Parts: sequence; C-alpha cells; structure tokens
Amino acid sequence: MSGRVLAGADADDAVLRTKDLRAYYQMSYFGIEREVRAVDSITMQVRKNEIYGLAGESSCGKTTFIKAIAAAIQPPLNVVGGSVRYSFLDRDIYALTPDERDVVRWRHLSYIMQGSMSVLNPVRRVQRTFEDFAFRHMNLPKGAFLEAVKAHLSRLRLPADILRAYPHELSGGMRQRVCIALATVCRPEFIIADEPTTALDVVVQKDVLTMIRETQREFGSSMIFVTHDLTVHANVADRLGIMYAGRLVEEGPTAEVFANPMHPYTAHLVASLPRIGEANTRHALPGAPPNLADPPAGCRFHPRCPLAMDICRREVPVLTTLAPGHRVACFAASPNVHPSIAPEINAAEAVEEERI
Amino acid sequence: MTGASLLEVDHLTKSYARGGVFGRQSFDAVRDVSFSLPIEQPEVFAIIGESGSGKTTLARMILNMIAPTAGSIRFSGGNLTALRRRSDRLGFMKQVQPIFQNPFEAFNPLKRVDRYLLISAKNFLGARSQAERERAADDALNKVGLSLAEIRRRFPHELSGGQLQRVAIARALISEPSLLVADEPVSMVDASLRMSIVNLFRRLRDDLGVSIIYITHDLATAYYISDRIIIMRKGEVVESGPARAVLDNPQHEYSKLLKESLLSPDPSGEGVLSGSSVATRQVRGNAVHFDSEARGERIE
Amino acid sequence: MIRTVRDLFRYNGEFAAGAVIMMVVLAMSLASYFSPYSPIDAYLVPMDVPPSEPYWFGTNSRGQDVFWQLTYALRNTLAFGFVVAFISRLLSLAVGLISGYVGGAVDRVLMSINDTFIVIPLFPLLVLLYFVLREDMTWFMLALIMACLGWAYDARLIRSVMISLRTREFTNASIFSGMSTPRIVTEEHLPYVLPIVFSTFMNNMNWSIGLEVTLAVLGFTDVNTPTIGGMIFWANQHSAMVSGVWWWYLFPTFFVTITFIGLFLLSISMNEYIDPRSRLSRMGNG
Repeated sequence: MSGRVLAGADADDAVLRTKDLRAYYQMSYFGIEREVRAVDSITMQVRKNEIYGLAGESSCGKTTFIKAIAAAIQPPLNVVGGSVRYSFLDRDIYALTPDERDVVRWRHLSYIMQGSMSVLNPVRRVQRTFEDFAFRHMNLPKGAFLEAVKAHLSRLRLPADILRAYPHELSGGMRQRVCIALATVCRPEFIIADEPTTALDVVVQKDVLTMIRETQREFGSSMIFVTHDLTVHANVADRLGIMYAGRLVEEGPTAEVFANPMHPYTAHLVASLPRIGEANTRHALPGAPPNLADPPAGCRFHPRCPLAMDICRREVPVLTTLAPGHRVACFAASPNVHPSIAPEINAAEAVEEERI
Repeated sequence: MTGASLLEVDHLTKSYARGGVFGRQSFDAVRDVSFSLPIEQPEVFAIIGESGSGKTTLARMILNMIAPTAGSIRFSGGNLTALRRRSDRLGFMKQVQPIFQNPFEAFNPLKRVDRYLLISAKNFLGARSQAERERAADDALNKVGLSLAEIRRRFPHELSGGQLQRVAIARALISEPSLLVADEPVSMVDASLRMSIVNLFRRLRDDLGVSIIYITHDLATAYYISDRIIIMRKGEVVESGPARAVLDNPQHEYSKLLKESLLSPDPSGEGVLSGSSVATRQVRGNAVHFDSEARGERIE
Repeated sequence: MIRTVRDLFRYNGEFAAGAVIMMVVLAMSLASYFSPYSPIDAYLVPMDVPPSEPYWFGTNSRGQDVFWQLTYALRNTLAFGFVVAFISRLLSLAVGLISGYVGGAVDRVLMSINDTFIVIPLFPLLVLLYFVLREDMTWFMLALIMACLGWAYDARLIRSVMISLRTREFTNASIFSGMSTPRIVTEEHLPYVLPIVFSTFMNNMNWSIGLEVTLAVLGFTDVNTPTIGGMIFWANQHSAMVSGVWWWYLFPTFFVTITFIGLFLLSISMNEYIDPRSRLSRMGNG
C-alpha cells in the first residue's frame, strides 16, 4: 500500500474536529413541512498544517457542512446534533456567544469564497477592505497596520499598489489572490476555502492554486478546501474526503484515494476524469444524486451502485478504517464492514482480506 | 460538388464601442475569424477559449442572435443577414439549435419542461394534434436516453442538472437540426453526470449525423470528442487543426500555455486506479459479483 | 385558486388581517344597497344626534344618517379607487412590457413620455382641470384623468423586470422553440410581472383614494355624490369640529384609514405569495 502513513485518528494535533454533526433545513411554507437532511452525521478531523479536500457534487451537502463548521447557520438551516470543536477554542463553537464568535472570525478562522466580487466591497478600495476585515484583530496603530499588510502582500508576491485599486479594476484572478491575502493576513489557524478557483480560467486557476498551496505551507495554517473538481483536489489536497448525499463515504490520503478508491462512487468519479491523451470511452453512472428531503433507505448510493447488495438497501454502512488513514463507508469494500462490528478494525486484517 | 459547406464563417468581426460622446473606443470581441464545417460529414468542432476570448460572442453570431460588424456567415449557402421574414428565421432555427451552459437557466423555472418540447414540435414539425406532438417529444427524449413519461409535467427544479441538460438537448433535437451550437454544455453539470452528456454528443454525431460546435474551456473533454478544434484568445484564432494533433502537439505559445496549465489528476505519478480494491477493479472493467446471502465474493 | 386563498388565510397573518378588514369594508359598501335613504337627499332625520339608537353612527348637521351616508361613501370611494387602479395598470403593463422587451428607439421614446408624466405635479394639475371642467368633471372623468397620471411610476418598474427577463437564457430557448414575441411576453414573462401588477394595484388604489379625499375635502370634486372626502367636506362646511359633531369626522376617517391598512396588508401578503422566488421555495427548490 503506497501513500503517506498519517498519525492515528485520535491525534491531538487536530485543528478541527467534528463529531456526528447533523444540520438539516427545516422548512414549513404554507403548511408544507420539509426536512432536508443536508449534513447527516459527519465525524471527521482536519489536522495541523494540512489541506483537507472535500469533494462531492452539487447538493451533496458540502456547502452546508462548511456553513455548519463556521457557525454561519441561519434558520431554516439548523444544527440538530453533534459538535464542532477547534483547537483554538476551549468550547464547541456553538457554545460561544455571537460577540465571542466575532472575535474568533478572521483572526483564527477565515474564508476564501468562490465569488471574489462578493467579498470585496466594490465601492471601496482594497486597502479599506483590509482595514474593515483585519484592523481590529491585529491591534496595531494605523501606520504599523499598513506596513504589516504591505509586508504580507510582498511575502505573497503581490504588488503593493493593488491596495489603491478598486476591485473592478483588477482581473478575476488578481481579485482572488487579493482574497487569499485577505484571508491570511491575520495568520488564522484554520481557513475555509469554498470553490475558490471554480470561476477562474484554466491558466489563472493553476496560478491561484499554487498560491493557495504555497501560502498554506508558508504559514502552516490548516485548510478545508471544498470543490467538486477532483483534478483540483489531486493537485492541492493532502487528504481527501468524498461526500455523497449528506454523508462522508470515503476519506484518505489523496494519492491513495486516486490510486485505490474503495467506494464505488469514488471509483467512478476518478474513472470518469478525462485526460488528454486518452480517448477511450468512459462509462457514465446511471441515475442522479438523491433528493435529500427523501433519501433512499440504507446506503444512499445503493440505487446507482454497481456493487449494490441486499444489505445496502436496509442498513447504513459505517465509516470504517480499512487501511492506514483510509476510511470507507461501504459494505462491498470489505466483507467485514458491518455496523455490528466495532468500527475500528485491525487495518492489517482488512488488507489481508482484500488480497484474496 | 465542391465548396458546399454546412457553415461558412468568413473573416467575421464583432466590435463594440465603449465610452461616452468624447473618447469612444472600440474593442473587438471577435476579430477576423474564419472556418467552415463540411456538409458531407458531420463532425464535432470545438472552440476552445477562456473568458473574454470571444467564443460566446462567436456562438451568438452563428446562431443569428447578434449581427456581425464585418465579415459574413453562410449557412447552407445562404447568408444569415438575408433572414428577415419570420418564416426565414424559423427555417433557420429549424436547422440550427443552441444548447446553453446553465440548464437551470435554459428553462423557465415557473413552467413545466415538457412544454418547450411540445411547442417546438408544433412550430418546427407542424405537428397538429397533441398526440403527434407528444410522439415527437418522446422520440427526441429517447434519443437522449430519457422518455416523455419520466419528465412529463415536471418542473426544472425537480430534475438534476444532467437530466435537465439532456432535456435541453432533446428540445434542440426535435426540429431535426443539422447543426447544434453547444456553449459550455457540461461545465455546470456535476462531474458524475458529465460523461453521459459528452458521450451523448458522440452518439449524435455518429448515429444521427448532427454536426456540433462544442464551445468549452475544458481541453480534456474537447480532446475526448472533437474532430477539429480552434483555440481562441482575445477574439482571434491562435491555432486550428485536427483535435488530437493540436492538443497532443500545440504549436502556438498560448496553446502550449493552456496545455501546461491543465491540472493532472495524477500529479505525484503514483498511478490513478492502479489499486486492487473491489471498487477499483469493478470500475476498471472486471466484473465483480456478490452473493447476497454469504458475505464472500466471487470474481468472474 | 380557492386553495391558494385558503392557504394564505391560514398561514399568513397579514393576509388574514387584511382580508378581514376588507370584508368588513366591503360589507359596509354593499350595505348601501339596502339604505332606506337616498344618498343625496338632506334633512331627512333630526340633525346632530350623537351615536345612539336608532342612529348608530349619529346624524349630521345636514339631517342625514351618518351610517347610511358612510355606506354610500365607502362604495363610491372604493369603486373610484378600483377604476383608477385598473385602467392605470393596463397602461403601465402595456408601456412597461413594450418598452422593456423591444428596447432601442421605442424604449427611449416611451420612457421620455413616461418620465414627463412622472414629473407632472399632480395636485395643481387636478385643481386646474377642475376649474376648467367644473360641471363636466364627473367621477368617471376624474378617475380617467387620474389613471392617465398614475401609470408612469410602475411602468418603469415593469420595464426593468422585462429588461432583466429579456436577457435570461430561457427567453432565448423560447425564441429557438419558435415562439412568437407576443407569446413569449405573455406566457413566459408575465408570471414574473404579475406580482408587481397586483401589489401596485393595491398601492394605486390607496394613492387614488388618498388623492380623491384630498380633493374632495377642498371641494374640488363633485361633492353631491357622497364619498369619504365629500363627507369631510360637508363636515367642514358646517364647522362640525367647532359645534362638537365629532362623529361626522370620526367614522369616515376611521373607515378610510382601515381601508388603507387593509389594502396595504393584502398587497404585501399576496406579493410574497405570488413572487416567483417564494413560489419556488414552496415547490421545493429551497
């Protein structure tokens, strides 16, 4: 088995730890009640100094998940269970008052969003936006603050005169780089990146991704990088988590997930990535992602799964470690995956079984 | 018979004027683009470009939605500017149909999706009775792998992006066009549903003889299905030729830059899908069967 | 439709309140058909009797029963407001739809006309027209004039919705389905425009009623036909405030106020229901 062997699941160098997190949209319009189980029991961690990639298609719940971990939840979205704990907080983030959360935001926890235009105030110069976001966190007099920002920009190899520009005067790629600088200026421990390169052109995308990777390595912050594009994950994530219909179905070191995906959904996603130089026919997966207001019973992927068995229709597979650092929630992945068996199986034993 | 092309784009230019009364500047969205599509053989013709390259403007001119500033477009020998009467325009639209980028925007969210299919059947095929229209709609839907029964009376939000895009393609196919202009048709569709649509385009060319202008920024899918390709940058064509040849061996600097910027799914070179898990083997083509009673596995 | 109204009634407090108020007001107006007195006759009953049996709202200094006067007043005022709103909606829709969808020179010409109408000072114009027309200024005439003055603002609103709809992709898809322009505008775009039409209908009614009351109080309308403003006009003429006949003011003012509130509540609650975005959330787009 190739791939980096990472520390055990209970490492206390986890910056973010969620446990059984559940967030549902509970709506009632004119008498119609709907409960959309967008995030349905997710237990995972992001370790120190790593980029955790979260993959999944639209309406799989990944956007809801990051709203939940950032405590950016508003009704009708409600957190109905579970906990979200950060290493820099002594309590669950939901136990904080709104004022306490304001202190945390940006200084310890920041975001890089998809639409850079919606983060940068279009009627204010970039410098003012920096002041709006970061000034009160850095506790420096105005002059020293400006110097610190300029030093930060030069460290990220951005020209200092962008401070005087308005957002619309910068290109899309440049704006996104400004957003990255903005998100890292307070040296937060944790950064949430939500599809930061999706709206960018191919050439610019590569530059911005490189910048994100280098920035993360330079400052040692942890990052959760959300995108549906698996190729981006291959180039930026250390560990990769695949979400399907509100649940985490596979998680492991990136190279390993690409080389040896254990969940049929992941395998299909990886197989359907087109690559230059390959023109052989690729097969499509039938069906469509389920409606989260009325998901299938048991494993939510079973209607589309080529390996579906009887048990998949009845019971929910538990995320189980089948190889070092590599977890899967699938009954077909290994005959030993069954909810009645303790979740932590001897990894070596599981590997043995598969070789047969 | 030589020289008869399905579509002939000749030194096409589109300029826009910016600025006020003093200091008007013009900028060219599309500058001096020429290419042609043969009539004898249907092909998938890819136009690659990033945002601002003019590819969408070019598509709209081909669809006769915008008038060019200079140059001409001829479809089946007739110049597009000669289409004045409604009947002429209808005749053109019967032959040339668009597929838009965002399937959710291509349908009115307040109306049911089968409505557009039935209306197209009535307007382009002259189908008089409801039964005739439904039959035409069902035929078109079957070509894309759906059926009228599945989507009857559904609203756009009840379908997934992949399904909706296929309905949009079915709508375009109802009039039995000879040319489809697809502007980034899969960029807004989920990764797991994308391949089915791309494969569909292949089938449309091979089985139904429809030529497709496939506009995208994604080099990899262009490689997968196109026959010929042009690469556009800032309104101009920088490189053109047979798809595999151009993409395997780009000559122009910009083409090379595009190819280099492509992310590889295997940056560490460890080998994609080289493992031995059950799922990996299944997707690589080994049939794996499960006995649902016992928990063992049998490999055929 | 019935289900819509029932849903609204059950789940939307504003709609329920507005509906109840308007039903009361409507009931009052319809009661006018049962009035034992003719609306324009005066000196039929003892004057200046405070609210008591059998004159529940009292009588005024002209010897009329305030209650029955009020029923006629409400009926006329409401009818007036309705006519104005209806005609001006038609004008707004026509101008807004054409201007927004066709664009170009047509748009510029129509909007110039539109803006001219917006800036016309209404009140002096109406007073002037009254002096010119005098006897010919019937209620219908006034309604027509006000309708011609009250469409401009909303036409711009409709136009801006049309402009945004015109550039949406489904409009292009409709064109390529072979639909003709009138059909596209009425079938595809109108559902987006209707919420504006409904809510501005109520607003327009409020506006026209308000203007009518103002004009009538000052005597610039045909004060022989009983309307809310007319009642207040006569109350002023007879110095009712000074002579202590408070009920002559109170009841018309109260009823016109709750009419305003009722119409307003209806407009905002219906607007939310019909609005395409909330409709989509109800259907499940979320």
